[in-house]
Amino acid sequence: MTLFTEFGRYLLMIKGMFSKPENWKMYWKELMHQCNEIGIGSLGIVVIISFFMGAVSALQTAYQLVSPVIPMSTVAQIVRDTVILEFAPTLVCIVLAGVVGSKIASELGNMRVSEQIDALEIMGINTKAYLVLPKILASLIVIPLLVVISAALGIYGGQLASTSAGILSPAQYETGLLQYFQPYNVFFALVKAYTFSFLISSIPAYYGYHVEGGALEIGRSSTKSVVVSCVSILGADYVLAAILLH
Amino acid sequence: MIEVKNIKKGFGEKTVLNGVSVTMQAGKCNLIIGASGSGKTVFMKLMVGLMVPDQGEVCYDDKDFNKLNTEEKKEIRQQIGMLFQGSALFDSLTVEQNIMFPLNMFTRDTHAQKLKRVNEVLERVRLKDVNKKFPAELSGGMKKRVGIARAIVLNPKYLFVDEPNSGLDPETSLVIDKLVKEITTEYNITTVVNTHDMNSVMEIGDHIIFMYQGKKEWEGSNKEIIFNKNERLNEFIFASEFLKDAKDMRMLEQTGKIDENRDMDKMIK
Repeated sequence: MTLFTEFGRYLLMIKGMFSKPENWKMYWKELMHQCNEIGIGSLGIVVIISFFMGAVSALQTAYQLVSPVIPMSTVAQIVRDTVILEFAPTLVCIVLAGVVGSKIASELGNMRVSEQIDALEIMGINTKAYLVLPKILASLIVIPLLVVISAALGIYGGQLASTSAGILSPAQYETGLLQYFQPYNVFFALVKAYTFSFLISSIPAYYGYHVEGGALEIGRSSTKSVVVSCVSILGADYVLAAILLH
Repeated sequence: MIEVKNIKKGFGEKTVLNGVSVTMQAGKCNLIIGASGSGKTVFMKLMVGLMVPDQGEVCYDDKDFNKLNTEEKKEIRQQIGMLFQGSALFDSLTVEQNIMFPLNMFTRDTHAQKLKRVNEVLERVRLKDVNKKFPAELSGGMKKRVGIARAIVLNPKYLFVDEPNSGLDPETSLVIDKLVKEITTEYNITTVVNTHDMNSVMEIGDHIIFMYQGKKEWEGSNKEIIFNKNERLNEFIFASEFLKDAKDMRMLEQTGKIDENRDMDKMIK
């Protein structure tokens, strides 16, 4: 299948998601279920990654700052900006593309192969609206929240690592954190978080929804969805940086 | 009433259905039979709207399903119940939740009313103490019965059953066949069954459609099938010597003679 055909089917899936729900209550329940699955289900890994990401970037930045004219509080400033601008939104979303993306693709793929999607269709339910839309909306709600948590934990991890290694005191770290702070960076990180959330939920949903075959194809589509999501995140990361950090 | 008019469907170069026209008999068990690859699964998928025909019409009460708008299609679909080959129960839901799902989606009944209805249909399919079990904890036959219960919970007008006996032992197959027949009569449903199980054909086939290489080859009832002269159908249905003998016995019983091509002396021996 050509890239254009795939992209066309992807757009048709997105278009097909928008219809009047058969029952608002059931859709709301599904949305909440997905928020819990995606948000709470990924919280543990996000916490671990974010903390160590901040800690390691603090230690490596301090290691590279050898010039006596640069104050050590700059470490905090660099950790803050790298975490907010890149690590929290991009790295966390790449990890989530693996965790959440493969889950979405395999769940929908299994439902397709075992005819559960057909069963819903025959009941008169718009399966794109009932199965795909809540996953995308839930991702758009909870993944930016996870990115915010990740940024806060990354910065805290940086403080804990740099103070426990004796590189700088907590007061120096706080001073560095407040130096040249640009609120626009937070806006930029959130724009990235929303864009990546859409990509890491809609791409696996597309691959899962359109699985044909058996268990082997579910695995293949799950892997393919993660690869395509990661590449899309990196591409979108570059485009957003080029547009918004000009 | 379901009417299929001159339906054609192909995938790439291959034509799977080539001008099939059938009228399903209302309130009866309509069986579609045929060898693997004869096009019966595609035929059923076209009838329920899971596939779109290249040509022809699928009419529900004289309305062409494929020409209806989304809302009208939804209305018809809510009158359809379907039992899938693998039952298609939702893995993450219990039996009770599975059967209650259509009620939750399409009715405004209270939880107590819905629960009452769930227990009614579970009783109808003769299942007890399975409400809180998950599909993975059920046997193949039980899954089929839960699938039937879910299909009939909204009192559908049409029931589609795809390979009801696949993967089941002969005794359980008979139980499922009888259940489908009883439900068809009791609820006055138009039932369409896709099968290649000969027991089903003889037990519940009020109206049988034999498909051969994408075309309708023969149409009749389970009484007529014994006396049919269609070679392809006879080859398909009475494939083994045992079944051929069974056919002769039935013919002998009813008409006093057997098929002209068969040797009565050999059979008696």
